[in-house]
Amino acid sequence: MDYKDYYKIMGIEKEASQDEIKRAYRKLARKYHPDVSKEADAEVRFKEVGEAYEALKDPEKRAAYDQLGANWEAGQDFNPPPGWDAGFEFSGGGYTGGDASTYSDFFESLFGRDFGSAQHGQQRKSYSARGEDHHAKVMIDLEDAYQGATRGITLQSPELDSNGHVINKQRSLKVKIPKGVKQGQRIRLSGQGSAGMGGASAGDLYLEIAFNPHSIYTVDGHDVYLDLPITPWEAALGAKVKVPTPNGPVDLSITAGTTSGKKLRLKGRGIPTKSPGDLYVITQITLPPANTDAAKELYRKMEQELPYNPRSKLGV
Amino acid sequence: MKETLLNGILLDEESELSLNELCCACSSSADLIIELVEEGVLEPVEAKMYRLQQTQWRFSVNSLQRARTAISLQRDLRINIAGIALALDLLEEIEKLESRLAQLERNEKI
Repeated sequence: MDYKDYYKIMGIEKEASQDEIKRAYRKLARKYHPDVSKEADAEVRFKEVGEAYEALKDPEKRAAYDQLGANWEAGQDFNPPPGWDAGFEFSGGGYTGGDASTYSDFFESLFGRDFGSAQHGQQRKSYSARGEDHHAKVMIDLEDAYQGATRGITLQSPELDSNGHVINKQRSLKVKIPKGVKQGQRIRLSGQGSAGMGGASAGDLYLEIAFNPHSIYTVDGHDVYLDLPITPWEAALGAKVKVPTPNGPVDLSITAGTTSGKKLRLKGRGIPTKSPGDLYVITQITLPPANTDAAKELYRKMEQELPYNPRSKLGV
Repeated sequence: MKETLLNGILLDEESELSLNELCCACSSSADLIIELVEEGVLEPVEAKMYRLQQTQWRFSVNSLQRARTAISLQRDLRINIAGIALALDLLEEIEKLESRLAQLERNEKI
């Protein structure tokens, strides 16, 4: 397991006061909160910072962590030395915030994992209660939204074992993704959340749909956009060209005199939601390279036989 | 072990959640959801028009996202309800602006 430098994670000196630690935590929590932050690794950083704060905000835990010594490097392979925590008593404090099940092995090896059970254990009374609802994200391709798909997902959910310890249980599910889903929509799977207690029903699982970035399409709601390169002669003379769509290629007529950046709408060829979206094709005129004598000759011929000043409106 | 294929319900623009369903989906107490409604963070569908009782409230799926964000902001950043209302409005504004920016960038690169 890797050693974690909690001071480095929080960007503070080892001599920082408890107030400074609190301030650093508040600032980083705002910066990396997954609902607010635009940073790519916000969620990971947020958890890391939460764990660091959990270790440092309690003077006793902090003192224990400090006496591991200053010679450890972040990421270095780590095992707690025997008897390292002699003279410290953490059990009173417990986990006070955050989601204990997300703390690293490093944290658990130092401070144990029993803190969580004190909190969670309180819920284990003999009444019946519906199981908790769970949330997860599932990544799909744009094509899946057109055709529907099945996705295997693996969920980690904290559960209590027979001793009341929190353990992470892995569960695999196979889920049908119906066609016509949009980014951010949710699928509700009844009874796939936590088990109920005392004979009550299980909670639900909410799956949030997110699209993998696509190499050629961009998506906006139920509309899809595609940049379509065309040749100067297709643009000038008009042509019928093949256009890819997530449902397979279609023919598209380019009218004579089409300019670059023209938005052509393929009605109803966006994501097939209840009211289907559109596919917008945006033309981009691309020039054939003048990299052979014959090609250069053709361009020169155009220059001579097609007198044209594209800058006439600029007065030059 | 053979896995069975699970068929869920797709929550679209027309789907609605009851107060109870929303509480369960957010692992939140009804009191907090009611507080969020009173602050204007969440708005039950047509509740004002028909003066609906709390047990008759229906929430759009968008409310689910808003409520979840509100609750995690309160829990993780210790923001009060008024601050949450402001943060949510600003976050939605940013989202709108970003989608507008993406649109303009699409036109720009031509």
